[in-house]
Amino acid sequence: MKKEKHISRNEQYNIYVESKIPKTKSFPTLIWAFLVGGLICMIGQGISDGLMALFPNMGQEEASAWVSVILIFIASLLTGLGWYDRIGVFAGAGSIVPITGFSNSITSPAVEFKKEGIIFGLCVKMFTVAGPVIVCGLVISFLTGLIYLIF
Amino acid sequence: MSNKVGEQTIIFKNKPKIIGNFSVVGEKEGHGPFKDYFHHILEDDLFGESSFEHAERKMLEYAISSSIEKAKLNINKIDLIVGGDLLNQIISTSFTARHFDRPFLGIYGACSTMAESLAVGATFVDGEYFKNVVCATGTHFSTAERQYRFPLELGNQRPPTSQWTVTGAGSSVLSLNSNGHSITYATLGKVTDYGINDVNNMGAAMAPSAMSTLISHFQDTKTTPDDYDLIVTGDLGKLGSEILMDLMEHNGYKLGKNYNDCGQMIFNNNQKTFQGGSGCGCSASVLNSYILKKMDEGVFKKVLFAATGALLSTLSTQQGDTIPGICHAVVIERDERVGRK
Repeated sequence: MKKEKHISRNEQYNIYVESKIPKTKSFPTLIWAFLVGGLICMIGQGISDGLMALFPNMGQEEASAWVSVILIFIASLLTGLGWYDRIGVFAGAGSIVPITGFSNSITSPAVEFKKEGIIFGLCVKMFTVAGPVIVCGLVISFLTGLIYLIF
Repeated sequence: MSNKVGEQTIIFKNKPKIIGNFSVVGEKEGHGPFKDYFHHILEDDLFGESSFEHAERKMLEYAISSSIEKAKLNINKIDLIVGGDLLNQIISTSFTARHFDRPFLGIYGACSTMAESLAVGATFVDGEYFKNVVCATGTHFSTAERQYRFPLELGNQRPPTSQWTVTGAGSSVLSLNSNGHSITYATLGKVTDYGINDVNNMGAAMAPSAMSTLISHFQDTKTTPDDYDLIVTGDLGKLGSEILMDLMEHNGYKLGKNYNDCGQMIFNNNQKTFQGGSGCGCSASVLNSYILKKMDEGVFKKVLFAATGALLSTLSTQQGDTIPGICHAVVIERDERVGRK
C-alpha cells in the first residue's frame, strides 16, 4: 500500500517535470543540420569528381574510397584543432551522421585520454563513443549476410 | 542541554566565524556577472599544469592557502581541513591535502560539499574540539565532463535542460577567534529521490531534496522564508529553481525575491550554459566571493545557504537507477564589526 503511494508521487513528479522542460526548437535545428550535413556531402562529391577528373583511370569505387579517407582525415584534424565540436554545437546531426562524425567520435576520446598513456589511455578509450556503432554495424552486417546466404 | 533543534537542525551556540575566505574560478566564470567579486580568475583553464585534474588540485591548493592567508594565520595553526570534490575517490581534495601536512577529513556530498563541509567544520569549532578549520571544495569543467559525460572535443549537442560544470574552487576558514560572519545553524539533509533518471536534468533531480531540507529548516528553527535576506540554493539552475519554487509553494512556503540559485547567478544568459552552472565549485565560489562580500557590505544580514548535490555515478546511471539528491543548509549571520572600514 505504502509502496504504491511512493510510486505515484514519483510518477506525478515526472509528469510535472516533463511539462516544465524547455523543448529543443526543431525548425532551426533541422535547418542547420540540413545545411551542414548537405555541405559535408557536397564536399565529398566535389572530392570524388575532382579525383576522377584528375586521374582519368580512377573508377567510381576507388574515388569513393579516397573520399572517405580524405573526409575522415579532415574531421580528425579539425577535432585535434578543437574546431569540430564547435560545428557540432549548431549543426547537431548534420555533423554527427556523416562519416566525419564517426571520425570525430574516435579522435575526440583519443585526444582526451592521451594523458593516461598511449596503451591504457589512448588505445583503450579510443572506441568508448564509437564502439557500440562498430559492434552493432558488424553484428547487423553479419546477420544480413546470413539472411542473404540462406535465401 | 541539547544543541539540536527540531528534527534535522543543530544550533551553534558559540557562533563559529568565517575568518578568511577565498575563491578561484576559470576563464568562462570570469566573464560572468561576478567577475568583480572573485578573488582570482584563471587566464588558462590548465592553470599551467599538464592535465585538468592537476589544474583542479592546484586551484584547490591556491584557494585553501589564500584563505588561510586572508585569515591572517599560517598553515601550522590549522587543526583540520574538511573538503571534497566530484572526482572518483575525491582525489582532488585528498591529493591537495597531502601538501599541507595537516589532519584531513574527506567528505562527499556531490555539489552540496560546500555546505556539508561548513556544517562539519562548524561543529568541530563550536564544540571546541578544533580551533581553526578549513572548509574547501572545487570542481573543473573539463575533469567533470570527462568523468560523467563525453570527451571535450566530441561534436555533440547539449540538451536544453543541461547545466555547465563550474571551473572554480572556494575555501573558508572557521574559528571562534577573530571577527567574521558566523554560522549559527546547520540543517543536515536527507537523501531524497523523486524518480528522475535524466542525467541531463540535474535541477529536477535535486529540487525535491532542496525542498525537503528547506522545509525542515523552517520548521526546526521556527522561521519563514521572509526571515532571511537571501535564501540561496547551490546549483539547481534555472529550471530546478523554478521547480523548487513550485514545490515550496505547494507546501505553503512562498520563496520570493530573496530566493536565488548560485547556478543561475554565476553565468550570464548569453554564455550558452542553458540552465546555468553546477558542480561543487559553483556554490563554493559564489559563497566565498559574492555572498560573503555582500554580507561585508551589509546588503545581506542573514543568509540561508543550501547547497544541493546529485548523488549519482556513471555506473548507477548505466544500470538504470534514478538520481538521488541531497541538500545541506547552513545559516550565516552578519558580523556587524566586519566591513566598516
